[in-house]
Amino acid sequence: MGFPQKSHPRETTVLSKHFGDPDARTLAGWRNRGGYRALEQTLAMEPAAIVQMVKESGLRGRGGAGFPTGVKWSFMKPGDGKPHYLCCNADESEPGTFKDREIMRWTPHALVEGCAIGAYAIGAETAYVYIRGEFTEPLERMTEAVREAYAEGILGRNALGSGKRIDVYVHKGAGAYICGEETALMNSLEGRRGNPRIKPPFPATAGVFGQPTTINNVETLVAVPHIINNGAEWYKAMCLGNAKSTGTKLYSVCGNVRRPGNYEVVMGFPFKEFLYDLCGGPPAGRRFKAIIPGGSSVPIQTIAEAEATVMDYEGFVACGTMLGSGGVICIDDAQCMVKQIARLARFYAHESCAQCTQCREGTAWTTKIMERIEAGQGTAGDLDTLLDIADNMTAKTICVLSDSCAVPVVSGIQKFRDEFEAHIVQHRCPFRPATAAAVAA
Amino acid sequence: MSAPAGGPSAGPRLTALDRAPRADAHERDENYQPVFVNARRKELDELLTRYPTKMAALLPALWIVQEERGWVSEPAMAEVAAVLGLTPAYVKGVVTFYTMYHQHPVGKYFVQVCTTSPCNVCGAEDVVRAFLKQTGASDLGATSPDGRFTVIEVECLGACGFATPVMINNEFLESVSADRVPSIVGALK
Ligand SMILES: Cc1cc2nc3c(=O)[nH]c(=O)nc-3n(C[C@H](O)[C@H](O)[C@H](O)COP(=O)(O)O)c2cc1C
Ligand code: SF4
Ligand code: FES
Repeated sequence: MGFPQKSHPRETTVLSKHFGDPDARTLAGWRNRGGYRALEQTLAMEPAAIVQMVKESGLRGRGGAGFPTGVKWSFMKPGDGKPHYLCCNADESEPGTFKDREIMRWTPHALVEGCAIGAYAIGAETAYVYIRGEFTEPLERMTEAVREAYAEGILGRNALGSGKRIDVYVHKGAGAYICGEETALMNSLEGRRGNPRIKPPFPATAGVFGQPTTINNVETLVAVPHIINNGAEWYKAMCLGNAKSTGTKLYSVCGNVRRPGNYEVVMGFPFKEFLYDLCGGPPAGRRFKAIIPGGSSVPIQTIAEAEATVMDYEGFVACGTMLGSGGVICIDDAQCMVKQIARLARFYAHESCAQCTQCREGTAWTTKIMERIEAGQGTAGDLDTLLDIADNMTAKTICVLSDSCAVPVVSGIQKFRDEFEAHIVQHRCPFRPATAAAVAA
Repeated sequence: MSAPAGGPSAGPRLTALDRAPRADAHERDENYQPVFVNARRKELDELLTRYPTKMAALLPALWIVQEERGWVSEPAMAEVAAVLGLTPAYVKGVVTFYTMYHQHPVGKYFVQVCTTSPCNVCGAEDVVRAFLKQTGASDLGATSPDGRFTVIEVECLGACGFATPVMINNEFLESVSADRVPSIVGALK
């Protein structure tokens, strides 16, 4: 539901049904809501059957890339004699995204259960939940839920009396967006600097501690108990668009919008109705100018493009962008696009792990040039320079953080070129007078 | 670069990482006493059971140091290195990678304000200005003359729908607007 807003009748609340209800946080409360039934059922099944069920459901990774979860799980070879690991990616730091935070704050046991099922399915006895260091409350909730689950014998050497060992540990990060990248997360978990690793080897071959590892996003894992309880067909049926995108998706809506919050809708929902009916449209007296629909790393849409979009993996691609993490950033007509894109470039420059030259230099120079343009000191050649740098930053580095910095710059110049040119021609930010007045007031 | 009107957004920004290193006696932490004794040692021993390597307990061990001492000094890094079988240089290499470990003492209240775009379009820079003004901290990253406040801008705190989120030590405040800042700071003084 649109927490902190009230649930909207057009939402389909599967994962977010209990947001805002403190009783759902406790083990007793969670069991009253059907908690841990799926885990019990799972432990009586063959791991391969669970993987097959998740494959059939069509569930795809909710962390950004949308890789089919069941297929990812099937890369873990059973009986290879090696310890397997599950890593839950709770590093949520992509600007615009705040869904995993609410899942952990309100329904921590849902994630414990999802991790336990995921671990069992991939032949792992240990799951680590890597939570970003700034998430103090989610960390507390998860730690408490894990403690309760051990105390009740749900986790541990003999999970739910099944004779199987399942350990879930919460691990606290220390402030680094890049640790959300899967191999950086593994390095960080091992007690190293959070530098992404060159692939291959892929995590399923050599992941954390050099062992076969699967990494999944929080939202991906909390969907799994529902699939076990209700069946793959039930999950697959939640789809208005095309059969490749199934289930519900949580969208974090923020920026210049009347009702910010987390909204859960089925795949294929019309974006226009989502933005205006569910989220209430732009603030009074304003209009939407641009939408970044999937966290700051996906191409910016003009509002006209956004209004024509169908909300699923393929629908966002068809309209020139990506579903990404589902962080919908709304930007209204009072905002300066140049300033906001410069701010995003600064974000990537700050978060670059700096091991690739194209990324370390590219993010820094992009930021300098963008800020120079915003300050009214851009030159006629700057846009070409930016596009050239962006080209040198794309598809050339160890991870895609570098590409992510280029994305808003390139799509911004394509779609809002007039704003860039106005800054250069007028030698000032055309939006600045309004800002200065707001400061004086 | 001539600074346009508009405060913190205009000039170069300081983060916990870019602050100039200072090294007076206090910052060398000359009277360092070990952290990993008694209960804290037990806590670390329990943590070590969770991972197949000792090194994996490094981030948690550094968190324990910071909880105890408020920051991670060089002698602390050496102690962590010793208990985990690592070198002090290795530990420092890891500490410097992560923005949340303080390598210098900070004010009693460490204030982090998100100014990344989703919060920025909702007025986050006004919130930063209000914190600087109310706390008397001269600039981002500098501690106020009374030693109580350090204010920094941070990147996305993962709570963008609650613009502007502010972290004060471990406390997470949601939907902070500039006009709420005087009462927030007032309550801490
Ligand atoms: C720079 C960067 C940051 C990322 N941050 C996150 C993150 O915070 N949370 C997340 O779940 N995935 C993040 N990802 C994606 C992960 O690498 C990985 O694809 C994902 O966790 C896999 O889980 P899924 O298949 O369930 O989506 C990030 C990727 C990159 C390149
Ligand atoms: S692209 Fe950037 S963040 Fe990714 S590995 Fe290279 S330097 Fe690090
Ligand atoms: S941008 Fe401020 S919390 Fe995400």
